[in-house]
Amino acid sequence: MSVDLKTVKRVATLARIKVDDDEAKIMEEKLNAILGFVEQLNEVDVDGVEPMTSVVDIAMKKREDAVNDGNKANDITANSPASEDNFFMVPKVVE
Amino acid sequence: MSELTALTISAAREKLRAKEITSTELTQAYLDAIASSNDKLNAYVATTEEKALKMAAQSDEKLQKGEGGDLEGVPLGIKDLYATEGDHTQACSHILDGFKPKYESTVTANLWADGAVQLGKLNMDEFAMGSANETSYYGAVVNPWRRGNEDTPIVPGGSSGGSASAVAAHLCAAATATDTGGSIRQPAAFTGTVGIKPTYGRCSRWGIAAFASSLDQAGPITRDVRDAAIMLKSMASHDSKDTTSVDRAVPDYEAALGKSVKGMKIGIPKEYRVEGMPAEIEELWQQGIDWYREAGAEIVDISLPHTKYALPAYYIVAPAEASSNLARYDGVKYGLRVEGKDITEMYENTRGTGFGDEVKRRIMIGTYVLSAGYYDAYYLRAQKVRTLIKRDFETVFADGIDAILTPATPSAAFGVGEMANADPVEMYLNDIFTVTVNMAGLPGISVPAGLDKTGLPLGLQLIGKPFEEETLFQTASVIEAAAGQFTPKKWW
Repeated sequence: MSVDLKTVKRVATLARIKVDDDEAKIMEEKLNAILGFVEQLNEVDVDGVEPMTSVVDIAMKKREDAVNDGNKANDITANSPASEDNFFMVPKVVE
Repeated sequence: MSELTALTISAAREKLRAKEITSTELTQAYLDAIASSNDKLNAYVATTEEKALKMAAQSDEKLQKGEGGDLEGVPLGIKDLYATEGDHTQACSHILDGFKPKYESTVTANLWADGAVQLGKLNMDEFAMGSANETSYYGAVVNPWRRGNEDTPIVPGGSSGGSASAVAAHLCAAATATDTGGSIRQPAAFTGTVGIKPTYGRCSRWGIAAFASSLDQAGPITRDVRDAAIMLKSMASHDSKDTTSVDRAVPDYEAALGKSVKGMKIGIPKEYRVEGMPAEIEELWQQGIDWYREAGAEIVDISLPHTKYALPAYYIVAPAEASSNLARYDGVKYGLRVEGKDITEMYENTRGTGFGDEVKRRIMIGTYVLSAGYYDAYYLRAQKVRTLIKRDFETVFADGIDAILTPATPSAAFGVGEMANADPVEMYLNDIFTVTVNMAGLPGISVPAGLDKTGLPLGLQLIGKPFEEETLFQTASVIEAAAGQFTPKKWW
Protein backbone atom coordinates (compact mmCIF):
# COMPACT_ATOMS: atom_id res chain seq x y z
CA MET A 1 0.00 0.00 0.00
CA SER A 2 1.13 3.53 -0.58
CA VAL A 3 -0.14 7.01 0.17
CA ASP A 4 -0.86 9.83 -2.28
CA LEU A 5 -0.62 13.55 -1.62
CA LYS A 6 -4.30 13.77 -0.66
CA THR A 7 -3.88 11.01 1.94
CA VAL A 8 -0.76 12.68 3.36
CA LYS A 9 -2.76 15.87 3.90
CA ARG A 10 -5.67 13.98 5.43
CA VAL A 11 -3.37 12.17 7.87
CA ALA A 12 -1.67 15.48 8.75
CA THR A 13 -5.08 16.90 9.60
CA LEU A 14 -5.88 13.87 11.77
CA ALA A 15 -2.52 14.28 13.53
CA ARG A 16 -3.05 18.06 13.87
CA ILE A 17 0.24 18.89 12.19
CA LYS A 18 0.41 21.82 9.79
CA VAL A 19 2.07 20.66 6.58
CA ASP A 20 2.54 22.94 3.55
CA ASP A 21 2.53 21.66 -0.04
CA ASP A 22 6.30 21.30 -0.39
CA GLU A 23 6.57 19.50 2.90
CA ALA A 24 3.67 17.20 1.98
CA LYS A 25 5.45 16.18 -1.24
CA ILE A 26 8.64 15.24 0.61
CA MET A 27 6.58 13.43 3.22
CA GLU A 28 4.72 11.44 0.57
CA GLU A 29 8.04 10.09 -0.71
CA LYS A 30 9.48 9.30 2.74
CA LEU A 31 6.27 7.74 4.07
CA ASN A 32 6.04 5.52 0.99
CA ALA A 33 9.61 4.34 1.56
CA ILE A 34 8.62 3.27 5.08
CA LEU A 35 5.32 1.72 3.98
CA GLY A 36 7.17 -0.17 1.23
CA PHE A 37 9.57 -1.53 3.83
CA VAL A 38 6.86 -2.75 6.21
CA GLU A 39 5.03 -4.45 3.31
CA GLN A 40 7.18 -7.58 3.84
CA LEU A 41 5.11 -8.39 6.92
CA ASN A 42 2.51 -9.73 4.50
CA GLU A 43 4.81 -12.72 3.88
CA VAL A 44 4.36 -13.90 7.47
CA ASP A 45 1.74 -16.53 8.22
CA VAL A 46 -0.10 -15.11 11.21
CA ASP A 47 -3.12 -17.44 11.10
CA GLY A 48 -4.19 -18.35 14.60
CA VAL A 49 -1.52 -16.14 16.23
CA GLU A 50 -2.67 -13.98 19.12
CA PRO A 51 -1.66 -10.30 18.83
CA MET A 52 0.72 -9.27 21.61
CA THR A 53 -0.87 -7.21 24.34
CA SER A 54 1.83 -7.41 27.02
CA VAL A 55 5.47 -8.20 26.37
CA VAL A 56 6.12 -9.37 29.92
CA ASP A 57 3.93 -12.03 31.40
CA ILE A 58 2.39 -10.11 34.26
CA ALA A 59 -1.13 -9.22 35.26
CA MET A 60 -1.95 -5.52 35.21
CA LYS A 61 -1.60 -4.20 38.73
CA LYS A 62 -4.49 -2.42 40.31
CA ARG A 63 -4.16 0.11 43.05
CA GLU A 64 -6.60 0.90 45.77
CA ASP A 65 -9.20 3.45 44.73
CA ALA A 66 -7.90 6.09 47.09
CA VAL A 67 -6.75 9.69 46.85
CA ASN A 68 -2.96 9.67 47.32
CA ASP A 69 -1.91 12.84 45.57
CA GLY A 70 -3.33 16.21 44.64
CA ASN A 71 -3.74 19.86 45.60
CA LYS A 72 -1.08 20.80 43.07
CA ALA A 73 -2.97 23.08 40.73
CA ASN A 74 -0.12 25.60 40.77
CA ASP A 75 2.43 22.94 39.85
CA ILE A 76 0.22 21.58 37.09
CA THR A 77 -0.32 24.90 35.36
CA ALA A 78 3.18 26.24 36.09
CA ASN A 79 4.55 25.25 32.67
CA SER A 80 1.55 26.33 30.63
CA PRO A 81 2.19 28.91 27.89
CA ALA A 82 -1.02 30.69 29.02
CA SER A 83 -2.80 30.22 32.32
CA GLU A 84 -4.85 32.27 34.73
CA ASP A 85 -6.08 31.36 38.23
CA ASN A 86 -4.95 27.77 37.66
CA PHE A 87 -6.92 27.46 34.42
CA PHE A 88 -5.30 26.62 31.09
CA MET A 89 -6.12 29.40 28.64
CA VAL A 90 -7.04 28.40 25.07
CA PRO A 91 -8.59 30.25 22.11
CA LYS A 92 -12.38 30.50 22.29
CA VAL A 93 -14.01 27.17 21.37
CA VAL A 94 -17.73 27.97 21.69
CA GLU A 95 -19.50 30.87 20.04
CA MET B 1 41.85 14.97 30.74
CA SER B 2 42.58 15.24 34.42
CA GLU B 3 43.11 12.02 36.31
CA LEU B 4 39.94 12.44 38.33
CA THR B 5 37.64 12.25 35.32
CA ALA B 6 39.41 9.11 34.14
CA LEU B 7 38.09 7.15 37.14
CA THR B 8 35.35 4.56 36.66
CA ILE B 9 32.50 4.57 39.18
CA SER B 10 34.00 1.66 41.09
CA ALA B 11 37.45 3.34 41.25
CA ALA B 12 36.01 6.74 42.22
CA ARG B 13 33.83 5.15 44.86
CA GLU B 14 36.82 3.54 46.52
CA LYS B 15 38.78 6.80 46.59
CA LEU B 16 35.75 8.71 47.91
CA ARG B 17 35.18 6.20 50.69
CA ALA B 18 38.87 6.19 51.57
CA LYS B 19 38.69 10.03 51.69
CA GLU B 20 41.53 10.27 49.15
CA ILE B 21 39.34 12.59 47.10
CA THR B 22 36.14 14.52 47.77
CA SER B 23 32.98 14.55 45.70
CA THR B 24 33.34 18.32 45.38
CA GLU B 25 36.76 17.90 43.74
CA LEU B 26 35.49 15.17 41.47
CA THR B 27 32.36 17.10 40.54
CA GLN B 28 34.35 20.27 39.85
CA ALA B 29 36.75 18.31 37.63
CA TYR B 30 33.79 17.13 35.54
CA LEU B 31 32.21 20.60 35.41
CA ASP B 32 35.56 22.00 34.21
CA ALA B 33 35.87 19.26 31.59
CA ILE B 34 32.33 19.99 30.35
CA ALA B 35 33.04 23.73 30.23
CA SER B 36 36.13 23.26 28.11
CA SER B 37 34.88 20.46 25.81
CA ASN B 38 31.16 20.74 25.32
CA ASP B 39 31.32 23.18 22.41
CA LYS B 40 33.24 20.52 20.47
CA LEU B 41 31.09 17.51 21.37
CA ASN B 42 27.66 19.07 22.09
CA ALA B 43 26.93 16.23 24.53
CA TYR B 44 25.20 18.38 27.17
CA VAL B 45 22.23 20.63 26.45
CA ALA B 46 22.25 22.04 29.99
CA THR B 47 24.56 21.83 32.97
CA THR B 48 23.16 22.07 36.49
CA GLU B 49 26.28 23.37 38.16
CA GLU B 50 24.68 24.79 41.28
CA LYS B 51 22.69 21.61 41.93
CA ALA B 52 25.80 19.49 41.26
CA LEU B 53 27.98 21.32 43.77
CA LYS B 54 25.22 21.29 46.37
CA MET B 55 24.69 17.54 45.94
CA ALA B 56 28.47 16.99 46.07
CA ALA B 57 28.77 18.97 49.32
CA GLN B 58 25.98 16.88 50.86
CA SER B 59 27.75 13.70 49.75
CA ASP B 60 31.03 14.91 51.23
CA GLU B 61 29.34 15.43 54.59
CA LYS B 62 28.10 11.84 54.54
CA LEU B 63 31.39 10.43 53.28
CA GLN B 64 33.25 12.25 56.04
CA LYS B 65 31.15 10.38 58.57
CA GLY B 66 31.74 7.10 56.76
CA GLU B 67 28.12 7.05 55.56
CA GLY B 68 26.46 7.23 52.19
CA GLY B 69 24.82 5.15 49.49
CA ASP B 70 26.16 2.96 46.72
CA LEU B 71 26.78 5.92 44.41
CA GLU B 72 27.65 8.49 47.06
CA GLY B 73 29.38 11.46 45.47
CA VAL B 74 29.53 9.99 41.94
CA PRO B 75 28.76 12.59 39.19
CA LEU B 76 26.34 11.48 36.47
CA GLY B 77 24.87 12.88 33.27
CA ILE B 78 21.12 12.51 32.70
CA LYS B 79 19.46 12.08 29.32
CA ASP B 80 17.15 15.01 28.56
CA LEU B 81 14.20 12.56 28.33
CA TYR B 82 14.17 12.14 32.14
CA ALA B 83 12.22 14.66 34.19
CA THR B 84 14.47 16.23 36.81
CA GLU B 85 12.85 18.77 39.07
CA GLY B 86 13.34 22.36 38.05
CA ASP B 87 15.77 21.56 35.21
CA HIS B 88 15.83 21.59 31.42
CA THR B 89 13.67 18.59 30.40
CA GLN B 90 12.70 18.84 26.76
CA ALA B 91 13.39 15.47 25.12
CA CYS B 92 15.58 17.73 22.95
CA SER B 93 12.47 18.99 21.16
CA HIS B 94 11.47 22.54 20.26
CA ILE B 95 7.90 21.74 21.31
CA LEU B 96 8.90 21.48 24.98
CA ASP B 97 10.61 24.87 25.01
CA GLY B 98 11.16 26.10 28.53
CA PHE B 99 9.63 23.04 30.22
CA LYS B 100 10.93 22.58 33.76
CA PRO B 101 9.07 19.81 35.57
CA LYS B 102 7.86 20.13 39.14
CA TYR B 103 8.63 16.45 39.73
CA GLU B 104 11.45 13.95 39.50
CA SER B 105 11.50 10.71 37.49
CA THR B 106 11.60 7.53 39.59
CA VAL B 107 14.90 6.37 38.09
CA THR B 108 16.74 9.62 38.80
CA ALA B 109 15.16 9.79 42.28
CA ASN B 110 16.62 6.32 42.92
CA LEU B 111 20.07 7.50 41.82
CA TRP B 112 19.95 10.59 44.06
CA ALA B 113 18.74 8.46 46.98
CA ASP B 114 21.91 6.39 46.51
CA GLY B 115 24.04 9.53 46.65
CA ALA B 116 24.76 10.30 42.98
CA VAL B 117 25.42 13.87 41.81
CA GLN B 118 23.68 15.43 38.78
CA LEU B 119 26.00 17.24 36.36
CA GLY B 120 23.42 18.18 33.75
CA LYS B 121 21.12 17.07 30.96
CA LEU B 122 22.39 15.20 27.92
CA ASN B 123 21.64 15.69 24.26
CA MET B 124 19.59 13.05 22.42
CA ASP B 125 17.57 12.52 19.26
CA GLU B 126 14.29 14.43 19.50
CA PHE B 127 11.87 12.30 21.56
CA ALA B 128 14.43 9.47 21.26
CA MET B 129 13.65 9.04 17.56
CA GLY B 130 16.88 8.51 15.68
CA SER B 131 20.01 6.40 15.39
CA ALA B 132 22.69 9.08 14.99
CA ASN B 133 21.72 11.87 17.38
CA GLU B 134 21.17 14.13 14.37
CA THR B 135 17.47 14.86 14.99
CA SER B 136 18.00 16.86 18.20
CA TYR B 137 16.66 20.42 18.19
CA TYR B 138 19.97 21.28 19.86
CA GLY B 139 22.10 20.00 16.98
CA ALA B 140 24.12 16.87 16.35
CA VAL B 141 26.34 15.30 19.01
CA VAL B 142 29.92 14.50 18.02
CA ASN B 143 31.58 11.20 18.90
CA PRO B 144 34.97 11.57 20.64
CA TRP B 145 36.20 8.76 18.38
CA ARG B 146 37.63 9.63 14.96
CA ARG B 147 38.68 7.65 11.89
CA GLY B 148 42.45 7.37 12.18
CA ASN B 149 43.95 10.83 11.91
CA GLU B 150 40.99 12.34 10.04
CA ASP B 151 39.07 15.15 11.69
CA THR B 152 35.69 14.31 10.08
CA PRO B 153 33.09 14.51 12.85
CA ILE B 154 31.62 11.06 13.56
CA VAL B 155 28.13 10.42 14.98
CA PRO B 156 27.88 8.80 18.42
CA GLY B 157 24.76 6.83 17.45
CA GLY B 158 21.35 7.46 18.91
CA SER B 159 19.09 8.16 20.41
CA SER B 160 21.22 8.29 23.59
CA GLY B 161 24.11 9.92 21.69
CA GLY B 162 24.80 12.61 24.30
CA SER B 163 24.97 9.94 27.01
CA ALA B 164 27.39 7.78 25.00
CA SER B 165 29.60 10.66 23.89
CA ALA B 166 29.80 12.12 27.42
CA VAL B 167 30.74 8.76 28.95
CA ALA B 168 33.36 8.01 26.28
CA ALA B 169 34.85 11.53 26.52
CA HIS B 170 34.91 11.40 30.34
CA LEU B 171 32.40 14.24 30.77
CA CYS B 172 30.54 12.18 33.39
CA ALA B 173 31.32 9.01 35.32
CA ALA B 174 28.26 7.33 33.78
CA ALA B 175 24.97 8.37 32.21
CA THR B 176 21.32 7.40 32.15
CA ALA B 177 19.88 6.49 28.77
CA THR B 178 16.75 4.89 27.32
CA ASP B 179 16.25 2.19 24.71
CA THR B 180 13.15 1.70 22.53
CA GLY B 181 14.76 -0.04 19.54
CA GLY B 182 18.48 0.08 20.33
CA SER B 183 18.99 3.60 21.71
CA ILE B 184 21.28 2.43 24.53
CA ARG B 185 23.13 -0.42 22.84
CA GLN B 186 23.80 1.13 19.42
CA PRO B 187 25.42 4.36 20.75
CA ALA B 188 27.36 2.29 23.31
CA ALA B 189 28.74 0.20 20.44
CA PHE B 190 29.61 3.34 18.43
CA THR B 191 31.57 4.90 21.32
CA GLY B 192 33.40 1.97 22.92
CA THR B 193 31.20 2.07 26.03
CA VAL B 194 28.98 -0.48 27.78
CA GLY B 195 25.18 -0.15 27.53
CA ILE B 196 22.50 -2.38 28.99
CA LYS B 197 18.79 -2.34 28.22
CA PRO B 198 17.18 -4.32 31.03
CA THR B 199 14.07 -6.47 30.75
CA TYR B 200 10.88 -4.52 30.09
CA GLY B 201 9.45 -3.68 33.53
CA ARG B 202 12.78 -3.74 35.40
CA CYS B 203 13.06 0.07 35.63
CA SER B 204 10.16 2.40 36.19
CA ARG B 205 9.19 4.52 33.19
CA TRP B 206 7.53 7.12 35.41
CA GLY B 207 8.82 10.61 34.67
CA ILE B 208 10.50 9.60 31.41
CA ALA B 209 8.88 11.23 28.36
CA ALA B 210 7.07 8.39 26.59
CA PHE B 211 7.97 7.42 23.01
CA ALA B 212 6.59 3.86 22.57
CA SER B 213 5.35 2.69 25.94
CA SER B 214 5.42 -1.06 25.25
CA LEU B 215 9.07 -0.88 24.15
CA ASP B 216 10.72 1.93 26.18
CA GLN B 217 13.13 0.95 28.95
CA ALA B 218 15.65 2.92 31.00
CA GLY B 219 19.23 1.74 31.41
CA PRO B 220 22.77 3.04 31.89
CA ILE B 221 25.74 3.74 29.59
CA THR B 222 29.04 3.25 31.41
CA ARG B 223 32.80 2.83 30.91
CA ASP B 224 32.89 -0.82 31.95
CA VAL B 225 30.69 -3.79 32.81
CA ARG B 226 31.09 -3.38 36.56
CA ASP B 227 29.86 0.22 36.40
CA ALA B 228 26.83 -0.92 34.39
CA ALA B 229 26.02 -3.43 37.15
CA ILE B 230 26.37 -0.72 39.82
CA MET B 231 24.18 1.74 37.92
CA LEU B 232 21.43 -0.74 37.04
CA LYS B 233 21.14 -1.90 40.63
CA SER B 234 20.36 1.67 41.66
CA MET B 235 18.09 2.52 38.70
CA ALA B 236 15.91 -0.59 38.92
CA SER B 237 12.99 -0.69 41.32
CA HIS B 238 9.36 -1.55 41.69
CA ASP B 239 7.24 1.57 41.33
CA SER B 240 3.52 1.80 42.01
CA LYS B 241 3.41 4.80 39.66
CA ASP B 242 4.23 2.59 36.65
CA THR B 243 1.80 -0.32 36.32
CA THR B 244 4.25 -2.15 34.04
CA SER B 245 7.10 -2.01 36.55
CA VAL B 246 7.73 -5.40 38.07
CA ASP B 247 7.50 -6.25 41.76
CA ARG B 248 10.62 -8.34 41.93
CA ALA B 249 13.70 -7.97 44.13
CA VAL B 250 16.67 -6.26 42.44
CA PRO B 251 19.67 -8.62 42.60
CA ASP B 252 23.20 -7.56 43.45
CA TYR B 253 24.39 -7.50 39.85
CA GLU B 254 28.02 -6.96 40.80
CA ALA B 255 28.08 -10.38 42.45
CA ALA B 256 27.63 -11.96 39.00
CA LEU B 257 30.84 -10.43 37.62
CA GLY B 258 33.77 -12.73 37.03
CA LYS B 259 31.76 -15.93 37.57
CA SER B 260 32.88 -18.70 35.25
CA VAL B 261 30.86 -19.32 32.10
CA LYS B 262 32.06 -22.91 31.91
CA GLY B 263 29.32 -25.16 30.63
CA MET B 264 27.00 -22.28 29.74
CA LYS B 265 25.27 -22.49 26.38
CA ILE B 266 25.80 -19.49 24.12
CA GLY B 267 23.45 -19.38 21.13
CA ILE B 268 24.58 -18.06 17.75
CA PRO B 269 21.54 -17.13 15.63
CA LYS B 270 22.11 -17.75 11.93
CA GLU B 271 19.56 -15.08 10.93
CA TYR B 272 21.87 -12.33 12.24
CA ARG B 273 24.33 -13.09 9.44
CA VAL B 274 22.71 -10.50 7.18
CA GLU B 275 23.41 -9.78 3.53
CA GLY B 276 26.02 -7.11 2.94
CA MET B 277 27.41 -7.31 6.47
CA PRO B 278 31.01 -6.02 6.46
CA ALA B 279 33.69 -8.70 6.88
CA GLU B 280 34.94 -6.86 9.96
CA ILE B 281 31.65 -7.41 11.78
CA GLU B 282 31.66 -11.06 10.81
CA GLU B 283 35.24 -11.42 12.13
CA LEU B 284 34.39 -9.64 15.37
CA TRP B 285 31.49 -12.00 15.92
CA GLN B 286 33.72 -15.02 15.25
CA GLN B 287 36.27 -13.58 17.68
CA GLY B 288 33.54 -13.39 20.33
CA ILE B 289 32.57 -17.00 19.67
CA ASP B 290 36.21 -18.06 20.11
CA TRP B 291 36.49 -16.15 23.40
CA TYR B 292 33.48 -18.02 24.82
CA ARG B 293 34.79 -21.34 23.58
CA GLU B 294 38.15 -20.65 25.29
CA ALA B 295 36.28 -19.70 28.48
CA GLY B 296 34.64 -23.13 28.48
CA ALA B 297 31.18 -22.22 27.21
CA GLU B 298 29.35 -24.40 24.74
CA ILE B 299 28.60 -22.72 21.41
CA VAL B 300 25.25 -23.72 19.92
CA ASP B 301 23.94 -22.74 16.48
CA ILE B 302 20.36 -21.57 16.83
CA SER B 303 17.61 -20.21 14.63
CA LEU B 304 15.32 -17.24 15.31
CA PRO B 305 13.27 -17.48 12.12
CA HIS B 306 11.26 -14.23 12.44
CA THR B 307 14.29 -11.98 12.95
CA LYS B 308 13.98 -10.17 9.63
CA TYR B 309 10.41 -9.11 10.44
CA ALA B 310 11.30 -7.41 13.73
CA LEU B 311 12.36 -4.10 12.17
CA PRO B 312 9.32 -3.69 9.86
CA ALA B 313 6.98 -4.68 12.72
CA TYR B 314 8.76 -2.18 14.96
CA TYR B 315 8.14 0.58 12.40
CA ILE B 316 4.41 -0.01 12.80
CA VAL B 317 4.18 -0.60 16.56
CA ALA B 318 6.56 2.19 17.67
CA PRO B 319 5.10 4.99 15.48
CA ALA B 320 1.56 3.90 16.41
CA GLU B 321 2.33 4.26 20.12
CA ALA B 322 4.27 7.48 19.49
CA SER B 323 1.39 9.09 17.60
CA SER B 324 -0.77 8.48 20.64
CA ASN B 325 1.83 9.46 23.27
CA LEU B 326 2.80 12.68 21.48
CA ALA B 327 -0.80 13.86 21.17
CA ARG B 328 -0.31 15.59 24.51
CA TYR B 329 1.99 18.22 22.98
CA ASP B 330 -0.65 20.66 21.83
CA GLY B 331 0.46 24.08 23.03
CA VAL B 332 -1.88 24.06 26.04
CA LYS B 333 -0.24 22.36 29.02
CA TYR B 334 3.45 23.03 28.50
CA GLY B 335 6.11 24.20 26.11
CA LEU B 336 5.70 25.96 22.82
CA ARG B 337 2.48 27.59 21.58
CA VAL B 338 2.10 29.05 18.11
CA GLU B 339 -1.17 30.97 17.87
CA GLY B 340 -3.74 30.47 15.09
CA LYS B 341 -7.16 31.80 14.14
CA ASP B 342 -8.91 29.14 16.26
CA ILE B 343 -7.96 26.30 18.60
CA THR B 344 -7.49 23.74 15.81
CA GLU B 345 -5.17 26.02 13.90
CA MET B 346 -3.29 26.72 17.14
CA TYR B 347 -2.76 22.94 17.60
CA GLU B 348 -1.64 22.53 13.98
CA ASN B 349 0.69 25.52 14.03
CA THR B 350 2.22 24.49 17.36
CA ARG B 351 2.83 20.90 16.28
CA GLY B 352 3.94 21.90 12.77
CA THR B 353 6.55 24.26 14.21
CA GLY B 354 7.45 22.35 17.37
CA PHE B 355 8.17 18.87 16.00
CA GLY B 356 11.17 18.08 13.79
CA ASP B 357 10.92 16.15 10.50
CA GLU B 358 11.65 12.67 11.87
CA VAL B 359 9.14 13.05 14.70
CA LYS B 360 6.48 14.34 12.28
CA ARG B 361 7.14 11.37 9.99
CA ARG B 362 6.67 8.88 12.78
CA ILE B 363 3.51 10.54 14.09
CA MET B 364 2.15 10.48 10.52
CA ILE B 365 2.99 6.79 10.02
CA GLY B 366 1.44 5.99 13.39
CA THR B 367 -1.70 7.97 12.64
CA TYR B 368 -2.01 6.29 9.23
CA VAL B 369 -1.59 2.70 10.46
CA LEU B 370 -4.11 3.24 13.24
CA SER B 371 -6.65 5.00 11.00
CA ALA B 372 -9.97 3.44 10.04
CA GLY B 373 -9.58 0.67 7.47
CA TYR B 374 -5.84 0.16 8.00
CA TYR B 375 -5.71 -0.96 11.63
CA ASP B 376 -6.04 -4.70 10.92
CA ALA B 377 -3.72 -4.71 7.92
CA TYR B 378 -0.91 -2.93 9.72
CA TYR B 379 -1.16 -2.67 13.49
CA LEU B 380 -2.92 -5.93 14.30
CA ARG B 381 -0.66 -7.87 11.94
CA ALA B 382 2.46 -6.26 13.45
CA GLN B 383 1.32 -7.22 16.96
CA LYS B 384 0.87 -10.82 15.79
CA VAL B 385 4.34 -10.81 14.25
CA ARG B 386 5.61 -9.52 17.58
CA THR B 387 4.14 -12.58 19.30
CA LEU B 388 6.06 -14.76 16.83
CA ILE B 389 9.33 -12.89 17.46
CA LYS B 390 8.96 -13.42 21.19
CA ARG B 391 8.09 -17.09 20.64
CA ASP B 392 11.36 -17.58 18.67
CA PHE B 393 13.33 -16.52 21.74
CA GLU B 394 11.19 -18.55 24.14
CA THR B 395 11.84 -21.65 22.07
CA VAL B 396 15.64 -21.36 22.14
CA PHE B 397 15.69 -20.51 25.84
CA ALA B 398 13.46 -23.53 26.56
CA ASP B 399 16.01 -25.62 24.66
CA GLY B 400 18.63 -24.65 27.24
CA ILE B 401 20.36 -21.61 25.73
CA ASP B 402 21.65 -19.27 28.48
CA ALA B 403 22.51 -16.22 26.37
CA ILE B 404 22.61 -15.25 22.70
CA LEU B 405 25.65 -13.60 21.11
CA THR B 406 25.23 -11.24 18.13
CA PRO B 407 26.95 -8.17 16.69
CA ALA B 408 25.54 -4.96 18.25
CA THR B 409 25.37 -3.01 14.99
CA PRO B 410 25.74 -3.83 11.29
CA SER B 411 28.63 -1.32 10.90
CA ALA B 412 30.85 1.11 12.78
CA ALA B 413 29.76 4.73 13.29
CA PHE B 414 29.45 6.97 10.22
CA GLY B 415 30.19 10.64 9.67
CA VAL B 416 27.84 13.46 10.74
CA GLY B 417 25.59 14.28 7.76
CA GLU B 418 26.69 11.27 5.71
CA MET B 419 23.21 9.77 5.86
CA ALA B 420 21.39 13.06 5.21
CA ASN B 421 20.18 12.04 1.75
CA ALA B 422 19.50 8.42 2.60
CA ASP B 423 15.93 7.21 2.73
CA PRO B 424 14.63 6.81 6.30
CA VAL B 425 14.77 3.02 6.09
CA GLU B 426 18.56 3.06 5.58
CA MET B 427 18.95 4.84 8.90
CA TYR B 428 16.50 2.43 10.56
CA LEU B 429 18.68 -0.53 9.52
CA ASN B 430 21.18 0.54 12.20
CA ASP B 431 18.88 -1.08 14.74
CA ILE B 432 18.48 -4.38 12.92
CA PHE B 433 20.30 -6.41 15.63
CA THR B 434 18.96 -4.55 18.65
CA VAL B 435 15.27 -4.06 17.86
CA THR B 436 14.34 -7.75 18.22
CA VAL B 437 15.21 -7.48 21.92
CA ASN B 438 12.74 -4.63 22.51
CA MET B 439 10.03 -6.41 20.53
CA ALA B 440 10.45 -9.44 22.85
CA GLY B 441 10.92 -7.37 26.05
CA LEU B 442 14.25 -9.08 26.80
CA PRO B 443 17.44 -7.72 28.37
CA GLY B 444 20.39 -6.96 26.08
CA ILE B 445 23.87 -5.61 26.70
CA SER B 446 26.39 -4.11 24.26
CA VAL B 447 30.07 -4.53 25.11
CA PRO B 448 33.03 -3.05 23.23
CA ALA B 449 34.89 -5.85 21.50
CA GLY B 450 37.34 -4.27 19.06
CA LEU B 451 38.12 -1.53 16.55
CA ASP B 452 37.49 -1.45 12.82
CA LYS B 453 40.29 -0.78 10.32
CA THR B 454 39.82 2.99 10.62
CA GLY B 455 40.08 2.81 14.40
CA LEU B 456 36.38 3.16 15.29
CA PRO B 457 34.93 0.97 18.06
CA LEU B 458 32.69 -2.05 17.44
CA GLY B 459 30.48 -3.86 19.93
CA LEU B 460 29.02 -7.28 20.53
CA GLN B 461 25.57 -7.83 21.99
CA LEU B 462 24.39 -10.45 24.45
CA ILE B 463 20.68 -11.20 24.81
CA GLY B 464 19.32 -12.88 27.93
CA LYS B 465 16.19 -14.42 29.38
CA PRO B 466 13.62 -12.12 31.02
CA PHE B 467 14.96 -10.72 34.32
CA GLU B 468 18.26 -12.55 34.00
CA GLU B 469 20.43 -9.47 33.70
CA GLU B 470 22.91 -11.24 36.00
CA THR B 471 23.68 -13.72 33.22
CA LEU B 472 24.40 -10.77 30.91
CA PHE B 473 26.84 -9.18 33.34
CA GLN B 474 28.51 -12.56 33.86
CA THR B 475 28.87 -13.29 30.14
CA ALA B 476 29.75 -9.69 29.20
CA SER B 477 32.73 -9.85 31.57
CA VAL B 478 34.24 -12.53 29.32
CA ILE B 479 34.31 -10.18 26.32
CA GLU B 480 35.60 -7.31 28.43
CA ALA B 481 38.39 -9.42 29.90
CA ALA B 482 39.46 -10.65 26.46
CA ALA B 483 39.02 -7.42 24.47
CA GLY B 484 40.09 -4.91 27.08
CA GLN B 485 38.76 -1.38 27.30
CA PHE B 486 38.78 1.30 24.64
CA THR B 487 39.46 4.99 25.18
CA PRO B 488 39.54 7.56 22.38
CA LYS B 489 42.63 9.73 21.90
CA LYS B 490 41.83 13.16 23.31
CA TRP B 491 41.39 16.01 20.76
CA TRP B 492 38.40 17.79 22.31
